[in-house]
Amino acid sequence: MRVMAQMAMVMNLDKCIGCHTCSVTCKQAWTNRTGMEYVWFNNVETRPGLGYPRRYEDQEEWQGGWVRKPNGRLTLRAGGRVKKLLNIFSNPKMPSIDDYYEPWTYDYETLLNAPRQQQFPVARPMSLISGKPMNVTWSANWDDDLGGATQYGPKDVMLKGIEDKVKFEFEQTFMFYLPRICEHCLNPSCAASCPSGAIYKRAEDGIVLVDQEKCRGWRMCISGCPYKKIYFNHKTGKAEKCTFCYPRIEVGIPTVCSETCVGRLRYIGLMLYDADAVLDAASVENEHDLYAAQRGVFLDPEDPQVRRAAEQAGIPGDWIEAARRSPVKRLILDYQVALPLHPEYRTMPMVWYIPPLSPVVDVIKDTGHDAEDQANLFAAIDTLRIPVEYLANLFTAGDVAPVNGVLKKLAAMRSFMRDINLGRDPNEEIAEAVGMTAESMYEMFRLLAIAKYADRYVIPTAHVEQAHALEELATDCPVSEYGGGQSAAFGEGSGTGGLTPVAVENLRVLKEAQTADSLDDLPVENPLRGRLNLLNWDGKGMPDGIFPGDKTGTPK
Amino acid sequence: MNRFLFGIFPYLCLAVFVVGHVWRYRYDKFGWTTRSSQLYEDRLLRIGSPLFHFGMLGVVGGHILGLLIPQKWTDAIGLSREAYHVLALVGGIPAGVAAVVGLAILVYRRRTTGPVFSATTTNDKVMYLVLGAVILLGIWNTIAGSLLSFGGHYNYRDGVSPWFRSIFEMRPDVDLMAAAPLGFKVHAVLAFLLFAMWPFTRLVHVFSAPIGYLNRPYIVYRSRDKQAAGGSRAPQRGWDKPELSSAPTKGKS
Ligand code: SF4
Ligand code: SF4
Repeated sequence: MRVMAQMAMVMNLDKCIGCHTCSVTCKQAWTNRTGMEYVWFNNVETRPGLGYPRRYEDQEEWQGGWVRKPNGRLTLRAGGRVKKLLNIFSNPKMPSIDDYYEPWTYDYETLLNAPRQQQFPVARPMSLISGKPMNVTWSANWDDDLGGATQYGPKDVMLKGIEDKVKFEFEQTFMFYLPRICEHCLNPSCAASCPSGAIYKRAEDGIVLVDQEKCRGWRMCISGCPYKKIYFNHKTGKAEKCTFCYPRIEVGIPTVCSETCVGRLRYIGLMLYDADAVLDAASVENEHDLYAAQRGVFLDPEDPQVRRAAEQAGIPGDWIEAARRSPVKRLILDYQVALPLHPEYRTMPMVWYIPPLSPVVDVIKDTGHDAEDQANLFAAIDTLRIPVEYLANLFTAGDVAPVNGVLKKLAAMRSFMRDINLGRDPNEEIAEAVGMTAESMYEMFRLLAIAKYADRYVIPTAHVEQAHALEELATDCPVSEYGGGQSAAFGEGSGTGGLTPVAVENLRVLKEAQTADSLDDLPVENPLRGRLNLLNWDGKGMPDGIFPGDKTGTPK
Repeated sequence: MNRFLFGIFPYLCLAVFVVGHVWRYRYDKFGWTTRSSQLYEDRLLRIGSPLFHFGMLGVVGGHILGLLIPQKWTDAIGLSREAYHVLALVGGIPAGVAAVVGLAILVYRRRTTGPVFSATTTNDKVMYLVLGAVILLGIWNTIAGSLLSFGGHYNYRDGVSPWFRSIFEMRPDVDLMAAAPLGFKVHAVLAFLLFAMWPFTRLVHVFSAPIGYLNRPYIVYRSRDKQAAGGSRAPQRGWDKPELSSAPTKGKS
């Protein structure tokens, strides 16, 4: 047993309202640069739908992830090392910019410089790839909210096997949102595909990163990742990916996408796992067993033996404690309501999802039945092949049983809580029908519905306090000067820059402010004490003069 | 003149080549990349790039054989000069043709695909010019000198090769080159010029050939507390200005 810790995330899909706030804040923080216009480390897809890039789930086409060879060993679907090297001069499976979309801006200058004229001047879309005017025909979210679903819907890769049953007529269809980031896999095929060895998994927290100085732009990771979550910066010629906001995680605050999530549906915590067991689990023969196999890799931090082994492996005490309190562990192991996205890619993904019950609830509601009645819900889950089979294609390689199980737990929780909310006695039988106790069902409800910040994000701080130097990367003020004022003799971003970043405040200061009750309670050395920064004001504190006074002129 | 071109210039270029690479590696690890443009255009690249690169690998291999292995050695193992010649042409011509055709496709692609062309820096253009000239002259020398024997047959293994080796023996035999046909002279000079430019162009990616991939474990684990080494990029600030073609033209592009 080789205990390792992994920072993991669970998203509760029932609560996602598809607002894209996560995508936008992530973009502002990390990919708001030239060469990265089309890059969405976080994107939110409407399902059924094509996803981003289009049809990325079609591994027959893209050849991402791993396959199990007849002899039981794993190999990269796109071919082994020798084949990779022979293809190094042009990657046969690299998506082109058209599979994403051609990024654009608008020609605002025309608006400003237009002379007096009869017609209102128009800012035309201009391609950020060629710099020429273009027609916008696709984007990262063209089929949002089932827009154009009659046309695009049937092309959804996950409809395999149920094509004829999913209807795209407005009255008959179903829909939910799927926010996606990099999965920070336990068995990342991106790292395995990188000829330069530039992609690595951090030994401490399992975050998968690209070393920008070792990346030589061979592009094998882009096709190697089955989730298409590595992007090619077309200006610097390097691969970039979601970093799990590691500078934030290191000081103990959640990723930007989680922090800003409107639905508060993301949970972050540690999972302990046995690194020696990963490869075997990823190689099980039957795809349907992969979900259970991955769960089997995780170690229970309540087990004293595991804790001892973790200590021996050099995992600090507060990390082990954090693993015990991890909301992610509770959802994956204790309640077993979270499922991995596409376990069949055999990368052992570590961002898990609680599948949405809402498509089932909607059907019952539409028929006029009581959608909070346990019997109705259970019957619907059993008889509604759609959307259950669709969800199974996403989360369990097509095996409906685990999806059914999770949906029944969610359904049971719904009926169970209704009794409580109506002031009736909680019905223990409902919980028992899905193999839970009334107490654990109530705890699960609290975690899913009303958990506080500190319960949704249990993030121990990093021990070598190096985060300070790194944190300025993203948080510094970007409006200083066009082009950053440095020369780049060998192409975009080359050379060593000499700028010292100036941050309004650092992440540690931010964390203190985030978790304090009032800005006045902050420690004296915190520069935010008694003050506030309008740029990231979260409603805490209300200094004098922030709103105009009433008619008498006295400020409120 | 010959003395400078074939006795001093090669040393200057080689010195720049070595020192330049050390400098670039120390100060610009971030800029050390292939700067691939596959994202913009795929169809032509899929044909041109492998043709060119595999062709070049063959050409470089041929040069190593032809320049570094003395004629005495091949004589010693009983390989007749005619047989060697045939062997060199059989191996060299296809490689050379592949490289030239590949290069032609790539240059055509670079010029005609808008986004690829706008991603081409002046640095790139100068480098392609020199590289193209070196390759074409090399082909010309093969055709003119060995195949068709314009102006008499020239055996470079008696002239250019010993001169090339003499450079590394630190006593350059300038006279050997002075006697060589003009095509070979220019080819050699331009090739050394290319060596001098090498560390400052995208050609550096040649030295990143990822041979280590063949025997490293698939998944790389690395500890967080590794200090950023020299050549790291300091955090960059500032907004980039989009590069738009200034006057939007009417109609579809
Ligand atoms: S999801 Fe992330 S860690 Fe997994 S293969 Fe893709 S890029 Fe790598
Ligand atoms: S911010 Fe939250 S609710 Fe909004 S789209 Fe993202 S995950 Fe869904």
